[in-house]
Amino acid sequence: MLEAKAIAKSFRGLRAVHAASFEVPEGGIVGLIGPNGAGKTTIFNMLAGVFAPDAGSIFFQDKPIHGLRADQVCSAGIGRTFQIVKPFAGLSVLDNVMVGAFLREKTSSGARNLSASILEKLGLGAKRDLPASSLTLPDRKRLEVARALATRPRLLLLDEVMAGLRPTECDQLVAVFREINRAEGLTILLIEHVMRAVMALAGQIVVLHHGEVIARGTPEQVVRDPAVLECYLGEETEV
Amino acid sequence: MTKASAALAVLAALLIALPALVGNYGLSVATLILYFAYTGQAWNVMMGFAGQLSLGHALYVGVGGYAAGAIFYHWGIGPWAGLWVAMALCVALGVVIGFLAFRFGISGVYFALLTIAFAEFTRIGFDHLDWTGGPGGLFLKVAQRDTWDVANFRGPPLMYYYTILFLTAAALALCAWLLKSRAGYYWQAIRENEEAAQALGINTFRWKMLAVALSAAMTSVSGVFYAFYYNNLFPEQVFNITRSIEIILGPVIGGVGTLFGPILGAVVLTVLSDSLTELLAALGWEIPGIKQVFYGVVLLAVVMFLPNGIWPAVAKRLRL
Repeated sequence: MLEAKAIAKSFRGLRAVHAASFEVPEGGIVGLIGPNGAGKTTIFNMLAGVFAPDAGSIFFQDKPIHGLRADQVCSAGIGRTFQIVKPFAGLSVLDNVMVGAFLREKTSSGARNLSASILEKLGLGAKRDLPASSLTLPDRKRLEVARALATRPRLLLLDEVMAGLRPTECDQLVAVFREINRAEGLTILLIEHVMRAVMALAGQIVVLHHGEVIARGTPEQVVRDPAVLECYLGEETEV
Repeated sequence: MTKASAALAVLAALLIALPALVGNYGLSVATLILYFAYTGQAWNVMMGFAGQLSLGHALYVGVGGYAAGAIFYHWGIGPWAGLWVAMALCVALGVVIGFLAFRFGISGVYFALLTIAFAEFTRIGFDHLDWTGGPGGLFLKVAQRDTWDVANFRGPPLMYYYTILFLTAAALALCAWLLKSRAGYYWQAIRENEEAAQALGINTFRWKMLAVALSAAMTSVSGVFYAFYYNNLFPEQVFNITRSIEIILGPVIGGVGTLFGPILGAVVLTVLSDSLTELLAALGWEIPGIKQVFYGVVLLAVVMFLPNGIWPAVAKRLRL
């Protein structure tokens, strides 16, 4: 469904991503992991159209999307969340989600219905009329996800949505993603530091180090890969 | 009928009956209030809804007024036709400013500076435009006060009052509808966080341009009204930055981004400033610039105690 071919990006000579290639199969859940500064968010930003890759190409459903603007990427069917949450603070929780819903639903009532059902799914139903600025961090992360889901994506990019959540909250969100993936066939690519979530969710893992893909495979294969152990997980990692 | 719509209906009835209740002076104050309410509403579309700060809205008032005024002055064509020329010119100007700013990533304070710059060099341009009278101004023949010449928008104060009342009501209805529609949601999303808005599939360039164009079109109508109500236009006056500030004071004090803020702000400012003038005259104190000092004090007080404006506080108190 999504294919990145040898994409690269430098910032003022600093090579953030170098010839990274990977695939996300239709209906799959792929985890993108790596130490801080490995280039994960840079890759996300290239996929989401925040900036174009310096080299290489990105295909979504067999169409090139590198060089598209962020809104065009979203219209094409890729939803994203931000690592540093960006709620529309002055709007209510429901209105936040409605902004996303208007992409496919042209009427207010249609957008409202879709948004309300998504908020229920994420456990934010009771808070829909509160201003987004009053939400706690875990709820803001859920709101990020709800907003992205409201654009009815075929592929969802999750940028560290589990960070800062308690283990039980993390498990709840994992269950939500599993359910959406199973019931609606939504494909997911996630950046995640919380190994508990990655292991529970991802069928495939891509490991990034210094802007290069150093390993890929099932979670079991990856955590036994010596190169991965050396650079990232270390010896004491418990899974 | 809810409490809010009942209150709105009573207010509308009161405003329609107002000319029978107040004298000529009262009617001119009411006309002025409604003029600022309407123009503030137009500015609010751009800043309050879409978050694009214009400090040069006098540009659209001036160009709109001059366009319709000059067409009437030279060719005798009334403002109902001239209005469209005024609107087209102002939308074109808005689109140019918007394109320059949004295409090249000029935002925030720098965008505001750009709007001031356009208003200023348009002022200088009109100073040198002989067709509109240059710095000496453009004068329309003063209206016959007892005949309703609707075609040429010349008539008694009553005609202007009802016109601006209709415009204010129409602008309020339009804005209420916009806020509930996709456009309103998209504009507010852009205002709150542009990057997040874009990530949700919003073409932010296009929607910001739409906000500027609509705001310019609405403000051009203020200009046409101004020209035919006051019958004279001077570049030094209409394009002056103090005019632009005057336009935004109402919505800022009333509540930026709210529907009733611009209206409430216009009422508060005009009534207070007029009663102050009266009071000073009664006391025999003739102090130049006192009105500006007064505006400053009110603005300071509102910013300090009600940073979101008066309307949100009132709405909360009334549980609307």
